[in-house]
Amino acid sequence: MADEAIKLGGKKRSVFIDKVKEILPEGGNLNLCLTCGACSSGCPATGLEGMDPRKFLRMAALGMDEEVLSTKWVWMCTMCTRCMYVCPMKINIPQLVFNARSTWPRDQRPKGILGSCDMALRNDTCSAMGATEEDFQFVVEDVLEEYQEAQPEFAEMLAPVNKKGTEFFLNQNSREPVTEPDEMVPLWKILHLVGADWTYGTKGWAAENYCMFLGDNDAWKHIVEVKKKSVEDLGCKVWLNTE
Amino acid sequence: MRKTFGDPVAEDLRFVVKAVVGEENFIDMHPNRSNNFCCGGGGGFLQSGLPDERRTYGKLKADQILATKADYAITPCHNCHAQIHDLSDQLDHPWQTVHLWTLLCLSLGILGPNEREYLGDDLKDVDVFHPESSNM
Repeated sequence: MADEAIKLGGKKRSVFIDKVKEILPEGGNLNLCLTCGACSSGCPATGLEGMDPRKFLRMAALGMDEEVLSTKWVWMCTMCTRCMYVCPMKINIPQLVFNARSTWPRDQRPKGILGSCDMALRNDTCSAMGATEEDFQFVVEDVLEEYQEAQPEFAEMLAPVNKKGTEFFLNQNSREPVTEPDEMVPLWKILHLVGADWTYGTKGWAAENYCMFLGDNDAWKHIVEVKKKSVEDLGCKVWLNTE
Repeated sequence: MRKTFGDPVAEDLRFVVKAVVGEENFIDMHPNRSNNFCCGGGGGFLQSGLPDERRTYGKLKADQILATKADYAITPCHNCHAQIHDLSDQLDHPWQTVHLWTLLCLSLGILGPNEREYLGDDLKDVDVFHPESSNM
């Protein structure tokens, strides 16, 4: 048996989709849906939690805010934007998902993402794994020294930290310095061989930003600003983020 | 890469991968480019505490990779690496999941014994740079 039909009528009760329209260029085209289903047919998240991109958008358009703002599906959509790419009307469903995430009470959002964001807010490294400035610098210098000795062809290789005025400021995912430091080395070798002028910074070195995934706009902005300031303070020309 | 900078930049990366592994060893998955599917590691999914849903999401990607019959999947970032590695793990490792830097250094003959965590047994001992520096 099909679910009971949704009855519409009475006064318009939606506020959520209208709010999102206000903050997106061209309103995210959120009222242009042709209901074709191209979005849903190619979405890996289709079917999870009984939801799909078209259904999510239609429910928002119908003003079903309670359902739209409570479905766990918003944490299962990765906001990859394929739906928007294939949409004939270029509707920004991923931004609708992101803004739905940001309406959740902060303490009810997924604990793993929340914890990673909060950890990154604890110090200026922005590391979601909590690695400090001292930890990071120590690991980089320790690993570099080890490889300079063990592989003499790379005795001159550098992994500069806080070098001013370089061409590139390189971010590093926390996973390497914290859990598998040897994995940092191949990239250093490549940078060395091509003669790249680069540096890490003790502040803002961590590449990840879980505050963005958390839908916490203020924290997301803070993390980006800390990283930006680090690049600017060192006077580097290009900020390379490997994530 | 494709999502941030567009298909043309991703095409440059295809050139690099082909140069590293050999044109005849490069297999594009289908669909590809902007029609490709997300692996399901991004957007915080890996940290969201929803592993069953994440793996269901990733089945599309796993099937795409299996259809290529490739021995190695190259991933561009940590989210993709962790997710695609886990998808392979769930299937008893039909493919290896590697970072591009690993293959670049392997092809240049400068990949040491401790930088091979994600290579399979077929490449683990191939052209090892300073094998005596192994800490195993």
